[in-house]
Order: sequence, then C-alpha cells, then structure tokens
Amino acid sequence: MEMWFSDEHTDNVKLSLRIKRQLFSAESEFQRIDVLESEDFGKVLVVDGDLMLTEKDEFIYHEMITHVPMAVHPDVKNVLVIGGGDGGVVRELIKYDSLEKIDVVEVDPLLVEVCRKYIPEIACSLNDSRVEIYNEDGLRFIRSRTSEYDLIIIDSPNPFGPGEGLFTKEFYGNCYNALRDDGIMINQNESPFYEEEAFQCQRMHKRIVETFPICKVYQAHIPAYPSGHWLFGFASKKYHPLNDLNGVGWKLRGISTRYYEPRLHYGVFALPVYVEELLRDVE
Amino acid sequence: MDISAQKHAPIYEALERFRKMRIVPFDVPGHKHGRGNPELVELLGSKCVGIDVNSMKPLDNLCHPVSVIKQAEELAAEAFGAAHAFLMVGGTTSAVQSMVLSCCKKGDKIIMPRNVHRSVINALVLCGAKPVYVNPDVDQHLGISLGMKLSQVEEAIRENPDAVAVLVNNPTYYGICSDLRSIVKIAHEYGMKVLADEAHGTHFYFGEGLPVSAMAAGADMASVSMHKSGGSLTQSSLLLTGPNVNAGYVRQIINLTQTTSGSYLLLSSLDISRRNLALRGKEAFAKVAELARYAREEINQISGYYAFAGEKINGNSIFDFDTTKLSVHTLDIGLAGIEVYDILRDEYDIQIEFGDLGNILAYLSIGDRKQEVERLVSALADIKRRYQKDKTGMLTQEYIAPDVVLTPQESFYAEKESLPIRETKGRICSEFVMCYPPGIPILAPGEAITDKIIDYILYAKEKGCSMTGPEDEKIERLNVLKER
Repeated sequence: MEMWFSDEHTDNVKLSLRIKRQLFSAESEFQRIDVLESEDFGKVLVVDGDLMLTEKDEFIYHEMITHVPMAVHPDVKNVLVIGGGDGGVVRELIKYDSLEKIDVVEVDPLLVEVCRKYIPEIACSLNDSRVEIYNEDGLRFIRSRTSEYDLIIIDSPNPFGPGEGLFTKEFYGNCYNALRDDGIMINQNESPFYEEEAFQCQRMHKRIVETFPICKVYQAHIPAYPSGHWLFGFASKKYHPLNDLNGVGWKLRGISTRYYEPRLHYGVFALPVYVEELLRDVE
Repeated sequence: MDISAQKHAPIYEALERFRKMRIVPFDVPGHKHGRGNPELVELLGSKCVGIDVNSMKPLDNLCHPVSVIKQAEELAAEAFGAAHAFLMVGGTTSAVQSMVLSCCKKGDKIIMPRNVHRSVINALVLCGAKPVYVNPDVDQHLGISLGMKLSQVEEAIRENPDAVAVLVNNPTYYGICSDLRSIVKIAHEYGMKVLADEAHGTHFYFGEGLPVSAMAAGADMASVSMHKSGGSLTQSSLLLTGPNVNAGYVRQIINLTQTTSGSYLLLSSLDISRRNLALRGKEAFAKVAELARYAREEINQISGYYAFAGEKINGNSIFDFDTTKLSVHTLDIGLAGIEVYDILRDEYDIQIEFGDLGNILAYLSIGDRKQEVERLVSALADIKRRYQKDKTGMLTQEYIAPDVVLTPQESFYAEKESLPIRETKGRICSEFVMCYPPGIPILAPGEAITDKIIDYILYAKEKGCSMTGPEDEKIERLNVLKER
C-alpha cells in the first residue's frame, strides 16, 4: 500500500513524505493532531495538516532556538517556553544544570500527552523536576508576569492557527514586561523565502523592533520546513548576540550538540542580502 | 414560539429551489449570475452572485410581500414576539425613519432623549415633526450619557400632552436601558405611541438575564439591527410593530423611501439569522455574556482601566445594563478613548467599535472567541505599560443640553451661510455635527451654537474623533441660518 503525506508549503508547492503508518490521529479542543511514521524523516508530528517536526531534523530547530541565547546570557536561571508542548526545546534546556525553573505554556494538553506517548525520545524531557507545564493561553499567561524570566523562547507553530495571538505586538510587549532587565526573547521567525511567510516574517520583525532595543535575526537550515531556510529572532534588553557571546564559556560547559557550535554562532547572523533587505524595510 | 416552524427559512429555501431550477435570466441584474462580471465572482464567490437576483413570483416582492417574504416576516414576528415584522434592507436607519414617519406628521411633537442616533433627527427633517428633548442623565465619572429618568419622561409627557410619541433607546450604544415598561405605561395612558431604537438590542429578544425587549415591554414599534448582534449582513434590519399599529400603513410608509430592488442577499441573511437566533440564540448570547464578563474581569485586573457593568444600575437612569457590552473607561491611564481606539488599530491590528473622549467600546458578538478577547486584553495591558501618563487636562465626555430654537426641518431648509466655526457663537446651526461612531449629534439642525459646543467640537477633532455631519468635510466651517 502506498501512503503519502503532503505538507503544503504554498498553494502551489508541497513536500511529500512516504508514510509507513499512521501512529495517532485525534481532534482536540484546539486542533487536529496526527503522528505519522515516515520512511526518511522518522516520526512526524502534524498539527492541523501542517508538519510541525520530524524526528530527523528537529535537532536543528531545537538546538538553534535554545543554545544561541544560552551562549550569550551569562546567568540564565528562569526560562519560559511558550508553545513547545513537544518537549524539544526543553530537552535542550535541561542540558544546563544552572537552570532553576523552566515554565512551559502549552495551550493544548492533548499535544503534550500525544508527544509523551508517541515521541518519548523528545518529550521525556518534560519529566525533569525543574519543568512545570501550564495548559493555558500563552497570551493570558504572560500578561500577569513582570520581571520574572531571564529567557523567553517562543516556540509557536504558525501565525494562522490557534497560536495567532503569539505573533502579535501585544504578546511581544507583554514578554518584554515579563523579562528581567537583561532578559532575552527568542522567537521562531518563519522563512523569508515564500511570499506569504516572508510577509509574516517582516511583520514579526517589525513588531519586535518596536518593542526591544536589540533585535537581530539568525538563520538555520531545516530541510522539512518550507524552503528549508528558517529564521529566528533574537530580541534583548541588554546583551548583543555577537558582542556578548561567550563561546569559550559555553564550550567549557561540555554540552553536546549536533548542529550548534560557537563558531557557527558567528556565521548564522550573517544573512543573505535579500533577507537583510526584507528586514531593513521594516526597521 | 413554535420551534418546528422556526426551523424554516422560507426565503433561503425559495432561493435554493430557484438555484436548482437553473432559470435562464432575461431580467435584471445584468451580471446574470455573475457571468458578465468575472472579477465580481472572483471576489464574492459564485454562490453569492448566483442568488443576487430580482424579485419574481417564486421569490416574492419586498414592496408587497405575499408569499415567501411574507412567511419570513411572520416567522420573524413570532420569534420576536411582535404582531408584525418588516424585513428592512436600508439599514436600521430606514427602520427608525419608518417608525417616526409612521407616527408623526408635520408639526407633531415627539418626546425623545437627546442622545438619539442621527437617523431619528434625520426623520424629523423629512417629516417636520418637533422634537421635545429629555436631557439624559450623565455619569460624571465615565462621562457618558445614560438613559432617561422616569420622572423626566413623565414631566415631558405632562407638559406636552399633545405629543404623539415617545422614542426610547433600548439600550444606548453603551448598553444602558431606561425603565421601558413604566415609560410605555405612562405614554399609553396619554395616548402616545412608544417607539424603541433597538439598534443595539437584538439579543434582548433571545438571551437570558438581559434587559427587557421593546415588544415584551409593550412598545408599539421597534427598530432592531439584526446585522449588529443578530449576525445578518450589514444593512439588513427589522422593523417590529405591536398589536395597536396598522401594519398596512407602515408598509406604505416604508415604501415611500425603500428601494424596489431589495437585495436577496440581505433578505436571506435576515431569514437565516432569525432562524439561528430562534433555535440557538439563548445559548449563543449566554456565551457572549460570559465572554464579556471574562473580558471585564481581566481588564479590571490590569488596573487603570475600568470595564463597567451591572454595578452601575441605579434603578432609574440606568434601569438595566446589557452585560454583553464591553465598555472600558480609559481616562485614568491618561488616554482618551479615541486615542486608545487609534493605537489599538494602528499598532495592534485590533479594530474596536468606537472610542469617545473617555471610553472605548469593543463589540462582542456571537462570532467571538476567547483567543481574540485575550488579544484585546493583552493589547490594553501593553498600551498601559507603554503610554500611561498623567490625566490632568483631559476632558471627559460631556452632555451639553441643546437649546432648540427651530425644528430640524425648518432649519435644515432655511436660508443659510457658511461661517468659520469660531465665529458661529450665538447662531442657529442648520446641520449636524457628530462623532461617528457613535453618531449621536453634538449639534442638530435648529440648535443654537454656544462657546461650550465650539470648544467641545474642536477638542474632539484634536483628539482624533472622526467627525461627520457638516457640509464642510474638514469641519472648519459650519452652516448657520442667515440672520434676518
């Protein structure tokens, strides 16, 4: 039997994966969740028909969204992860013994449950004693927090679903308020390549620039995501992502990674010309 | 209410039958089910243009309903507890106009609060009736006009026993209700009709724990904006009448100004929305009220904002409050409502209903979800963080009692001249000036202009209120009556 899953990258472009079997499918209060097992990408998490992560390339995304700020901020103790019910970001975070508290705000409890059961390789990290999971709307959670976190990681899927509120100016403003005076906020910043995402990419950057004094964008190559070229936003009240990088210090921590590396850190902030222009247009 | 009858939507069903017949159109509209205007089809979809058709026997005729429109009106009347219901396609403005024109002739007096919608005074320009204004009570802290005190209405009725009707906002834009039942009782004792502007009250007919609806209170006519809380398409509306109103005469009045090409998109949207409200309105509005309650609670937690509700009820000028309304007082963070309104739109991509000098109103309806409410609340929190300032020097909304010199009609058609606004003091205005929304006139034709009014207009303009009414679109000049 032949079975294919297609992730629509645009109305006219899609990535298709040959599927061995479907491991799970259900509709939660918020969204439809599927877990598939593919030939070449391993297990695949799909939400509302959109590919969220694959076993094969998730390490790139999760390492890049986590270690870049961790190598810059000298003393992260409290971290807030918005979204991230799959546990990927947390798996990277718990590599740091110095962290004291990791709050995860995932609106959909079913997503957490499904990942724990079907993708335990990633989601088992959520069992770490420092982790607390809040099944709440991220926008509501952040509203009442002031100067509480050193690092906020926004790991929200895309601006068109139930997570739409996590791509808004009010959200970034409230994140600013929830960060300490030297806090850093990292967001997944979509892909600059296809028109619709490029537009979202600009919009996000514009809103963050209006909120934080230091805003830089960096990139990674994530094969299963639209165009494979992905951006992240580094927004900060005090630390500069390159000038304040402590690569040696990070190396000494002995954290094992497969993608991130302080030498790479310098490179990822060097963006292609068209991306620079896209971002400059809204700065 | 006969629930099984309410499951029908006669106009919608007739359109469905019509579609299946694949009738060849040699009548208007000329786009012929969209074939002649592909770009329009691209925008609206083929289903939508396919039912944009003309009156014809199987689809009835809005000017003289005998079949499916008549049935739809009967179902609407039953659902709203009215003796008769008219489907309206010219907005609630046309419903309000028809109410006034049905009751008043030239020279007749009509008692009304001054904070009426412009459409009421427009109707007076058309028919020449004289307004007898009852000054609404004002909440000094919030700076909003409230309902009419019963004693004031009673006084106006006693002083003007020759008046033919009393018009009541049920509720005001801010959700505030007067004591409609008692007003009806007194007015009827004096042989006056009671007309209700229910532009913001559709849900009163279906929700629980909401203020009394005009028909339930015994009013004679009510204009109901189905397209606001009822969910139908913009510009569609209902005119309801009670048992003591001659429906045939009202139909004639409506036909004086109503189009003879009533849109079936609007008519079917009324039909479907009435069905939805009759079948599911109670649950739907319970959800809206709960959402509004949640939003108020969250907004009041931010501190600095005040989202007000039932605690304001005083048994008189705030006889009842519509808890689905979300009004927020913003002055205490040092921002005018209109400024918050603009910031929400320009910086947060959130469009709310309106902002006045001291408050904003966010319109919640059957289409809202919690995640959008979270955005609104968070945006307000962020606006406070970024923009909060001292409120000294901020004006609150004021109710300025009008000095009515001439009827709206006399002054509208009188000889006039245009003067710079600063030079109009002491003159009689011949046009409207209002912030839109809410569309409640600061000045209406026939009223004397004072320094206070001029200052108010200029301040509202400076704060960014969108002003309408005058011929001069920049509102730098006003038309006033020529002095004889």
